[in-house]
Amino acid sequence: MTNPNGNSPEPITPISRSSFSLQRYLPQDASITRLFIIMLVVFVLMAGISPNTFLSLDSFTSMSFQFPVFGIFAFAMMLSMISGGIDLSIVGIANLTSIIAASVMVRMLPAEASASESLLYILLGVAAALMVGLVCGLFNGFAITKIGIPPILVTLGTMQLFMGIAIIVTKGQAIVGLPELYTKIGNGSLWIFPVPLLMFCLCILGTYVLLNKQSYGMKLQMLGANPTASFFSGVNNTRVLLTTYAISGVLAAIAGLVIVAQTNSAKADYGTSYILQAILVAVMGGVDPRGGFGKVAGIVMAVLTLQFLSSGLNALHVGNFFKDFMWGIVLLLVMVINEWSNRRKVRSIS
Amino acid sequence: MSLIQLSGISKSFAGVQALKDVSIELDYGEIHCLAGENGCGKSTLIKVMSGVHAPDHGEMRIHGQKRKLLTPIDAINEGIQVIYQDFSIFPNLTVAENIALNTELAQNRKLVNWRKMKQMAKQALEKVNIQLDLDAKVETLSVADKQLIAISRALMHKAKLIIMDEPTTALTQKEVSSLFSIINGLKREGMTILFVSHKLEEVFEISERITILRNGKNVVSERVQQLDRDKLVFYMTGRKIEESYYEIKKDASIPILQTEDLGLQGCFEHISLQVKAGEIVGLTGLLGSGRTELAESLFGLRSATSGKIFIEGKEQQIHSVQDAIAQRIAYVPEDRLTEGLFLEQSIERNMVISVVDQLSSRLNMLNQTKVKSTVQDWIKSLGIVAHSPALPVKTLSGGNQQRVVLAKWLATRPRLLILNGPTVGVDIGSKEDIHQVIRALAQEGMGVLMISDDFPELKHNCNRILVMKNGRLVGEMAGKEWSQEEWTRLQETTS
Amino acid sequence: MKKVMQTSEFYVAIVVLALFLVIGSQSSAFFTITNLFDLIRSGIVPGIFVMCAMLVIISGGIDVSFPAIATFSMFCSTKILHSMHYDGPVLVAFLLSGLIGLCLGLINAVFISLFRLPTLIVTLGTSSMFSGFLLTFVGSSQISDLPKPLLTFSKEQIFKFTNDSGITVGLPVAVLVSLGVIVLVALLLRYTMMGRGIYALGGDAVSAQRIGFSPIRIQFFIYGFVGLMAGVAGMIHTTMMRNSNPVDLLGTELLIIAAVVLGGTRITGGHGTVLGSLLGLLLVITIQNSLILLGIPSYWQRFVIGALILIGTGVAAYQVKRSIMKRKSIVS
Repeated sequence: MTNPNGNSPEPITPISRSSFSLQRYLPQDASITRLFIIMLVVFVLMAGISPNTFLSLDSFTSMSFQFPVFGIFAFAMMLSMISGGIDLSIVGIANLTSIIAASVMVRMLPAEASASESLLYILLGVAAALMVGLVCGLFNGFAITKIGIPPILVTLGTMQLFMGIAIIVTKGQAIVGLPELYTKIGNGSLWIFPVPLLMFCLCILGTYVLLNKQSYGMKLQMLGANPTASFFSGVNNTRVLLTTYAISGVLAAIAGLVIVAQTNSAKADYGTSYILQAILVAVMGGVDPRGGFGKVAGIVMAVLTLQFLSSGLNALHVGNFFKDFMWGIVLLLVMVINEWSNRRKVRSIS
Repeated sequence: MSLIQLSGISKSFAGVQALKDVSIELDYGEIHCLAGENGCGKSTLIKVMSGVHAPDHGEMRIHGQKRKLLTPIDAINEGIQVIYQDFSIFPNLTVAENIALNTELAQNRKLVNWRKMKQMAKQALEKVNIQLDLDAKVETLSVADKQLIAISRALMHKAKLIIMDEPTTALTQKEVSSLFSIINGLKREGMTILFVSHKLEEVFEISERITILRNGKNVVSERVQQLDRDKLVFYMTGRKIEESYYEIKKDASIPILQTEDLGLQGCFEHISLQVKAGEIVGLTGLLGSGRTELAESLFGLRSATSGKIFIEGKEQQIHSVQDAIAQRIAYVPEDRLTEGLFLEQSIERNMVISVVDQLSSRLNMLNQTKVKSTVQDWIKSLGIVAHSPALPVKTLSGGNQQRVVLAKWLATRPRLLILNGPTVGVDIGSKEDIHQVIRALAQEGMGVLMISDDFPELKHNCNRILVMKNGRLVGEMAGKEWSQEEWTRLQETTS
Repeated sequence: MKKVMQTSEFYVAIVVLALFLVIGSQSSAFFTITNLFDLIRSGIVPGIFVMCAMLVIISGGIDVSFPAIATFSMFCSTKILHSMHYDGPVLVAFLLSGLIGLCLGLINAVFISLFRLPTLIVTLGTSSMFSGFLLTFVGSSQISDLPKPLLTFSKEQIFKFTNDSGITVGLPVAVLVSLGVIVLVALLLRYTMMGRGIYALGGDAVSAQRIGFSPIRIQFFIYGFVGLMAGVAGMIHTTMMRNSNPVDLLGTELLIIAAVVLGGTRITGGHGTVLGSLLGLLLVITIQNSLILLGIPSYWQRFVIGALILIGTGVAAYQVKRSIMKRKSIVS
């Protein structure tokens, strides 16, 4: 602990004198440690319950095909939650972008296309999807910053809107039969690393750099903590929020692309339960729902914990519904523990 | 026998002594003023009287009877009512409800009788002699009307003592004088008023007796006739008014800031002023005079609708905070907690948020070494006392928090520093330090525009003082010529 | 009159009316008893849900768990009654379902008011927990042979009419239950201290506590009451469908919240009326049911509803912005 003046540190102001609450006094690292321990415990527990099925290369491979999708969604959710908002439209964006991508790849691709031609169309489809994701995110950001609608309502509306557009485009039908090359890449592996996992790692890296290494990240966290003060400090709130929802849109588009490859189809109303999962992962990973705080490491650990839990339960032949039950409990438990330890910390300070 | 008598009250929070052996006595039907600087223990004392806090030591007598434990409900039943600074009213409910709801609650009613509620509200409003639409939602009313609602509500409970916590903070001058006539009216009806304030003029105007607290201790309790301004200031601050004034060494030729006929629709108009290098220009006026809006316009928060701004002789357009920062203008806002600080975030981040772009390299990558060194520099040069720059800024005291805000802006290397209430809520020691910092900065060639209510602060730190009223500049004088009489004259003559 | 025109209910009513006129002019099938009864019938369960969502939003929270609670309560109580071959008064079924709902609602209340956790996150969590528990431990296949009293109840109709083509149309008795709930909520909000406390809590929680409301008590009441209503709504749903399906109502929450918000309830709390919320619901239901009468394919529904939410909240946000600007004027 450095003390530049050599003065003795002064006593902390008593709680009662301040009208704000000290409840959120959060050195974040304690919660990261806690998450790490929870993750280890879950891992050991699941490995202990079914060592043969859980601790196999097959099981790890299948896991690494599963968690990237909701992991990427969780990053999208995390960014908007740090800004003090929420993005309910991520699954809508993912579905819309996957339909755009699939349309480009399936409908525009000539029947007898050569490999290089189909690669071209695949790239075109991917670019179109990312573009659409960006535009959708910017639309959210525009409605929030320029019109002044609360984020939860904007994204509630655009969730319907984007899915609505996707339904209109497809008339409610699924698009199937993607180019073989695309599904091959999407389901393939680079050496032993599955492509979805690599995509997830790219998203981790990208989000980490954005949040911790870029000036944008600090602005975002400050804005989430107190938008008035950030405005008064010369942060361009509008631009930061636009950027945030745009990135959220692009991340959703990436998730959409992964889904297309995995399911070999694009559907307008696919996977709406991902919204809950993304919020669950974000909150479990230590993102403050009131804004201002969130760590990439926390998200990664939350994602892994849930995946271990889910795979372990699979090995026990437990149904998906039981997982919903478990996830609800885990979410509430984590929140209660966080709140508790914060209260204790406040008390020990004063 | 007196209405309420507290003697030897002590109260501490988590080891910090908020009140030490404090005594106060309120007579029936008197207007008593509780004065003292921010953080002297006024609010704690109010809360003891209204039963919110139980004192650690000391004795409390109401109507001469000793009271051991006083709960908030007891206090209300004894006729003690507090009107808090934020009035505790509901913007989404009607006038009638706001006035009558807590009476209904106190009577433990389960159902709402709207007709009775309106009747009660009407009677209550008649007591303070005003008329309001009982069905109007409170969010549509002015601040003064909201306060009247809070007062009417307090009167509902056979109140004998009404405690008003800084009631004039958000009022315009006209509203203040009508509030005072209401207070005098209540006194005539035998009500006791405890008027809590740190504004000297008001204290002298309204009160009969004054009790002064300093650092949680009683200083003096006197009839108002026995006190004068200088004594009062001395009792409140513990310092004699020093006869030192700030003067500029040499006159710079080109002003850093110059405005011509600046105006903002509905807020201020025809403002022409100058701030030169090395100057500390004071700007004062009552709430609603347009002084804060002027500062916010100069800083690009609300861009001016007419007139021109010149920075070092060149006309500049300032439409956003970013424009202002590019012109090297800095603004320390009025409300530190909501506008100046990110309470939950670290001291470090609070200090560098305005310069993150300068501390970033290509591709907006943050340069951590530069961040750390900037933070260390400012912690050192402003003498900020903190365990670690990684701690949330809310763990600091008011004085250190204000220094963090100052550091944030000084890090932008401004040439014009606009300060709005630079020492509000800051303890006396830190206040002096902050003044010294500001003077030193001006001496090094910065232009300073200081908005303040605090007359001694203006008098001893500004070489010039400008007075605003109703959105216009109405007077200007040298700091050392500044006096209470001059201020009163300006407020009365120009209308 | 001027006051009426300033309310958001007025604007929603205008939009609904305009929509009615447009659809009615395009399709003669719209203004028929059959169609209007269809509209009402499809609003019976959502009508109660809208009350649930509105109460919570007025208090400053947001609840997405009521469909899960409804499903849980209706399926559990149907299962219990089914297994004991129940043949008593139908009231017991509703009470049972309501009671289960009440308990689940109180679980929400514990997390929200005692642990002070954000309402959205808590209800997301409990919603997942409730439906997960239901489908894992209680059962996941629907019960089609309902206990007799429920079947009898489901067949009873009121307001019977025989239309031109000779088909008799009527409304299920359950519509009276919904109506009762709506009137109850309206009375609660307007004429009880609890109701005013809900508004006060949403307006300013700190002040509410200062003047003597107990936020904990109010929150326990709200979430318990919402659970109770959801349980009753679930049972109505079962009788109307004539089977109990444990995945039926899930996923309707966002549309219900959209209806409430369209009706002028502010998501920040403190504002909202029963009339407004019902109008909002009417708007959503009309679009869902009758868009097709305009020749617009049904797959446009989502798009239109999304656009409506954005336009509705956008107009409201714009009005707030403008009124703030107006109030800031100082120079006299």
